[in-house]
Amino acid sequence: MGTTASQLGKDLLSEYQELTFLTKQEILLAHKRYSELLSKEDRNLTSVPMEKVLSLPELKSNPFRKRICHVFSTSDMKDGSLTFEDFLDLLSAFSDSATLEIKSHYAFRIFDFDDDGTLDGGDLEKLVNCLTGKTEDTRLTPEEMRQLISNILEESDIDKDGTVNLSEFQHVISRSPDFVSSFKIVL
Amino acid sequence: MAYSVDFNLRPIMELELESLRGDDTAQDSMKGTGLESGSRETLEMEVLTTEGRDRLASQMSDVRERADERSEESIQTNLLVRKRWSTTTLRVLSSMPSRSIGQQSRLEIISQCNIRSTQLRRYHRQTQDVSLSSRPSIRGYGIEADSEDVCEEETKRQELVNNLQSLSAGDRVRLLRATPLSLAEKTKLRKLVFSDKVGQSLLSSQVPCCSLLKRALCHIWFGCLFILSSLQLWQVALKRLGGRFGTGVLSYFLFIRTLLLFNVFLFLINGLFLVLPQAIYPPLHTPSSHRVTGLELFTGTGYLSNSLMFYGYYTNSTINTSCRPDEATAGTGCGTTSDPHMMAYNIPLAYCFTIGITFFITGIVLVYSMSKSFGRSFRVFKSQGNMAIKVFCSWDFKVSKKMSVRMQSENITTQLKELLSEVKGGEEEKGRLSGMAVHLLAWSISLGSTFFCALGIHCFAKYMHLRRLEDAEGEVSVLHEARLLALPGVVSCGNLLLPGLFNLVSWMENFNSPIVRLYVSIFRNLLLKVSILGVLCYHWLGKIAAEPEQHGLQCWESFVGQELYRFLLVDFIFTALYTVFGEFIWKRFSQGVLRRRRKPVFDIARNVLELIYGQTLTWLGLLFTPLLPAVQILKLLLLFHMKKSSLLVNCQASRKPWRASQMSTLFISLLCFPSFLGAIVSVTYTILTIKPSSGCGPFRNLPFMFHSGKQWAQELKSTNHKLAWLNWVHHCLVENPLFLFLLAGVFLMVIYIHTQVLDGQRKTISLLQKQIENEGKDKKFLITSLQAIHEKRQYPLSPSSRPQGSEV
Repeated sequence: MGTTASQLGKDLLSEYQELTFLTKQEILLAHKRYSELLSKEDRNLTSVPMEKVLSLPELKSNPFRKRICHVFSTSDMKDGSLTFEDFLDLLSAFSDSATLEIKSHYAFRIFDFDDDGTLDGGDLEKLVNCLTGKTEDTRLTPEEMRQLISNILEESDIDKDGTVNLSEFQHVISRSPDFVSSFKIVL
Repeated sequence: MAYSVDFNLRPIMELELESLRGDDTAQDSMKGTGLESGSRETLEMEVLTTEGRDRLASQMSDVRERADERSEESIQTNLLVRKRWSTTTLRVLSSMPSRSIGQQSRLEIISQCNIRSTQLRRYHRQTQDVSLSSRPSIRGYGIEADSEDVCEEETKRQELVNNLQSLSAGDRVRLLRATPLSLAEKTKLRKLVFSDKVGQSLLSSQVPCCSLLKRALCHIWFGCLFILSSLQLWQVALKRLGGRFGTGVLSYFLFIRTLLLFNVFLFLINGLFLVLPQAIYPPLHTPSSHRVTGLELFTGTGYLSNSLMFYGYYTNSTINTSCRPDEATAGTGCGTTSDPHMMAYNIPLAYCFTIGITFFITGIVLVYSMSKSFGRSFRVFKSQGNMAIKVFCSWDFKVSKKMSVRMQSENITTQLKELLSEVKGGEEEKGRLSGMAVHLLAWSISLGSTFFCALGIHCFAKYMHLRRLEDAEGEVSVLHEARLLALPGVVSCGNLLLPGLFNLVSWMENFNSPIVRLYVSIFRNLLLKVSILGVLCYHWLGKIAAEPEQHGLQCWESFVGQELYRFLLVDFIFTALYTVFGEFIWKRFSQGVLRRRRKPVFDIARNVLELIYGQTLTWLGLLFTPLLPAVQILKLLLLFHMKKSSLLVNCQASRKPWRASQMSTLFISLLCFPSFLGAIVSVTYTILTIKPSSGCGPFRNLPFMFHSGKQWAQELKSTNHKLAWLNWVHHCLVENPLFLFLLAGVFLMVIYIHTQVLDGQRKTISLLQKQIENEGKDKKFLITSLQAIHEKRQYPLSPSSRPQGSEV
């Protein structure tokens, strides 16, 4: 896996280059930043706990940071810890050259707060709350929230089942040309 | 009668759902680790341990049901929301293909990948029922894929591996990359695919180039991409700016980078083919005595006027490389013996062709990037709803500073509230007449000020020329040189002050939407700059070039080149001054005196228009000053750093919404249409109709500039008969109007066909949406029947469980 080695092997590097959307420089930079996260702890660990990942400046203030960690984590304990390959997955999905399909797929999973495969009313409400922030004066009133959610469902729920599934989500996303440029995180 | 969904059973529902979550088997089905659990359930329901809960729930609901009958409409929208379904139904619901796609269901994704790889393989014979969307039809592998155990996943994986092996290398890489599996999974797949090939990297070898030429092109293309990507100019700075200010402001700096690349290209081509040969073999000219004061750098006069910078320096002869440098003079060339190994470089021809080719390539690149940008932001099916898009797409993940994140949240909240109130209330009735009057007033003010500004510049330019004539008769002094800077100064002042006036005026008008306000402001600024440039061009090309003796000029092209050089420099100086004094001091003023908490906002539209103005000047001056792109490059570099520091220190992010991609499209189209087109028109006009001056430059003694090309064509016809057909081609195609008509007709037909295709696509989209709605109704019907049958089996004696499976 080469996560704790101080150098990435050439084979591994080229493999990562083929399988992700990252360039060689980006992978090396990611490796450097990941090793820094590990540096204060035991070097034999293969995955970084979620709190450490959330201390990255790029993720620190992002309201979706916990969901991002949960979505990209492949650990069995579902604690949001990321191995180096999970980290690369994260950066690849958020990179410049990732396709719209990949981005919308992961965006859907990030917004699906209860992990049930669709965005229902509860998910949408949590999403809007994340967007509008934590302070009281920026939150929407319950009345406005209800109307907003019903408008969203009206616009995007094509089969009228009360939830937005992945295809409907991708359909909405495809109508916005700004999504690809705003769904980006660069180290 | 359908089963009503009862919202009042909430506590019991929550209890039921809680216990369901606690239940392991149900939890698995919620997570949907595959179709394994769901498909095991057939319509013969097993008796579950949760039966007791079901009974309680259904009994409670029966009571409620008898109490109030709901109308069908309120049921319909929420029938599939999990409220009172039995565990079995819930399990089936949660493992429906449309819901389990979004989860980490490896089998699903592998199967999807399978389909796509099969499609790629059978590219020519693509069957229509294999859907390209992520939503597989029930007909497909969906529920029927009985996955009893993990063997199924293995078989699917093996199938995928076989499919992948049969694809070409490039397709394989692309498919693997675009699959949303985790990296560990992809590594495993890749190892399986390449298990028989010993560790090879796909990118280095086996690129599917069938011929040598294609392989060479591929190498060149990859090389260019590599260079472009490693030329990540200002990457760190851009990231910092994007993190703090968002995508809108970032687009301004990306535009600076684009312009820089254009200018680097212009400089390289011109430098290589034009400046370098002339620099190596400089023409003889009488050295004139000039006092070297620092002012020459700004005015372009003095020793600079007879340098490589300007048109006048270039010789009108052919350089023969076998000559010694001091023999390469203006005249017939050196040496009487025609050495066969001698390379003759015809400077006038090179001048003409280089400029022509640079403009041609720049035009093609501009049109291409404009069409690509248009394609990205144009959508076939424009529907009204904005709210879903705003909620799903408006969060900018690049923003990382805490303050900016908070500001972004506030922005989004404001926009959402505005949208909601719009939907609710509709538009208020405003006093129509007064609004109209205000608009008229505003437009008349802005148009009037533009007109007067242009008139003023025209008169001032005339006056300055008279002064210059007077000065030229006297002795040359520093003051006289400095007066040359007066006209550029006045023009730059106008360029800076009038947009401020336009801002005031538009603040006076109340626009309904901020986007309209933005477009109006951009239009007014554009009009101002176009009129200024128009007046100046008329002055230079119409007046000075036509009668250079009246204005006391021997070499009017050099003079025009110098004017453009001065304009570019003074524009930059004024921008620098404005950035320092305007933004910095305004910030101090507004925070100190006016006690405003907020810093000034960076006006993106105005700054971009200034960039476009500068680039237009560069393109206009290319014919007269081949080294002008170098000046523009320096200017852009300095501007980037200046604006960046000013932004970070003085300004804050704007509160208004900024549609980045639409704006980028607009800016590129503005660069292409008024700016580049105007430059091309004036250069063409110069080349075709204006008589070059007889004392200097590569086109002296010719009636028109393009005659050098014509002469060369004549020579070619007489000397080299093989290339004579070029002349004939030129005569038939370019000078014959019929050909151009035909071309225009073909273009119109292509446009018409595309419009019809677009129309058809719109109709198809609405039909497909109807179809999906119908399928949704089918789904609801089936689920309610499922539930009804289940309940009928559970409670066959209960009066409410009548087998009315219809949903309405």
